[in-house]
Amino acid sequence: MTTAPLTRTTTGRTKRTRPRDRLTLGAGCVVALFVLLAVFGPLLAPHDPNAVDPVNVYAGPSATHLLGTDDTGRDLLSRLIAGTRASLAAPAVVVVVSTVLGTLLALTAAWSGGWLDRLVSGALDIVFGFPGLIMAVLVAAVFGAGLTAPVVALSIAYLPLITRVVRAAAIKERNLPYVSALQLLGAPTARIWLRHLLPNLLPLVLVQATIGFGYALLDVAAISFLGLGDQPPDPEWGLMVSNGAPSILSGLPQQSLYAGIAILIVVVAFNLLGTGLSRRLLGENA
Amino acid sequence: MLEVRNLRKEFGDFVAVDEVTFSLPAQGSLAIVGESGSGKTTTARMIAGLETPSGGHIAVAGAEPAPGRPRSRARRARGRQIQMVFQDPYSSLDRHQRVGDAVAEAVALHQDLPAVRRRARVAELLDLVGLDDRQARSLPKALSGGQRQRVAIARALAAEPRVLILDEAIAALDVSIQAQILALLARLRTETGTALLFITHDLGAVRYVSEEVLVMQAGRVVEHGPVATVLDDPQAPYTRRLIDSIPKPGWKPRRRGDKGAD
Repeated sequence: MTTAPLTRTTTGRTKRTRPRDRLTLGAGCVVALFVLLAVFGPLLAPHDPNAVDPVNVYAGPSATHLLGTDDTGRDLLSRLIAGTRASLAAPAVVVVVSTVLGTLLALTAAWSGGWLDRLVSGALDIVFGFPGLIMAVLVAAVFGAGLTAPVVALSIAYLPLITRVVRAAAIKERNLPYVSALQLLGAPTARIWLRHLLPNLLPLVLVQATIGFGYALLDVAAISFLGLGDQPPDPEWGLMVSNGAPSILSGLPQQSLYAGIAILIVVVAFNLLGTGLSRRLLGENA
Repeated sequence: MLEVRNLRKEFGDFVAVDEVTFSLPAQGSLAIVGESGSGKTTTARMIAGLETPSGGHIAVAGAEPAPGRPRSRARRARGRQIQMVFQDPYSSLDRHQRVGDAVAEAVALHQDLPAVRRRARVAELLDLVGLDDRQARSLPKALSGGQRQRVAIARALAAEPRVLILDEAIAALDVSIQAQILALLARLRTETGTALLFITHDLGAVRYVSEEVLVMQAGRVVEHGPVATVLDDPQAPYTRRLIDSIPKPGWKPRRRGDKGAD
């Protein structure tokens, strides 16, 4: 995050990055669309996502059921839309908790240095050594099904991801002379953190959180797929993939397919948005 | 004003600063010269309180700083005693803060002024170092290295320190600005009694800014005395070598490793 090279003109830069920017913008729009669906989904769904219709099971696409129905005749489109909230909320909690805690931990470690920094880094290495998903599955198995335990476990498992990156950047930032200058002026530490260090680290934190969201969504979906997260009849996407699995062999892959595609679209969109933001906010080679 | 006795700094087995002793009176101006790695910047950082000495004493206006991590209030009090301008103007300002705001922040930390008078004080400080209103509203990246260095000087002056340390801070400036800043610093000395501590590798400039010079090599003081005496009649061979390496008429650049050069 140094200053831009002087040779790079404004026009030159816009010209070179325009196609990539468009991709980032597209990814951002997809993300925004799904966030809107998560907020207003239940209002927008054309049918009650849990309304069973025994006459119309495995119905193909039609005017009333745009994506057809599932094994109990529930409208698939309505279930996908209504399930956006459940599918996005859990990874959002994971990302917010691990990002906030991780950033605080990273700043504390970078600021104090010494034994505290070594302790934090060592503890994170240990957490990093545990496969997060397996840890979440284990916790769910012990505490019973439901999203709370896996979300807590994943939040801890995602801590090292954010903390390591932010800590490295925070150490670099903390050693810049402007921080020394503020200390010499007698600026309170809280002020240096809130007014200077955090704003300068925020782009990096944002990028990490965005990329982390895609992974968290996959992990949460996997937990639900295993039957340890959200429980039926909730229309959560991972759960829908697992619900539809038995009928795939009968040549009726719709439910699993559509839910899988929804997961794929959101994960890819978040990853593209993350890399695009990284390029915009942190520079080309970040 | 500033008393340094037997100052010592070790990094592991390496002795960076070895038994450095000097004093700087109010209104005084002392230059510490030496090549890179001679320990001059470490000495400055210890005096400023950014580095903990391994041994020795530093007293500002007769008082030694209390050991341990100082509280905010104590740090502000110390800020009014010593300020430092850093070598690298590119990283000594927060890249997301308008430079006028950086100076305003420094003023606010040291003077409890109503907003109007604070703005006036900021304008006054920026004017002192020759920066205008438009530049005050710029982010650091819109300014040249020399302009940024002047912002850093204005920010340091906001605390009205009794000792101002300039770590290679003049070398980055344009020659015309250099003269202006040196004149400003000279005026500051006589008007407010601020003592100046120059850290530099440039012996040529020392004559114009300091009365006294301290030559450091490998962490030790090899020569110490009035500028004129040291520059005209150097005693230590190291000082002689430094003086010989000042470019002068007829001077031809030679490669490192050639006999006598460097």
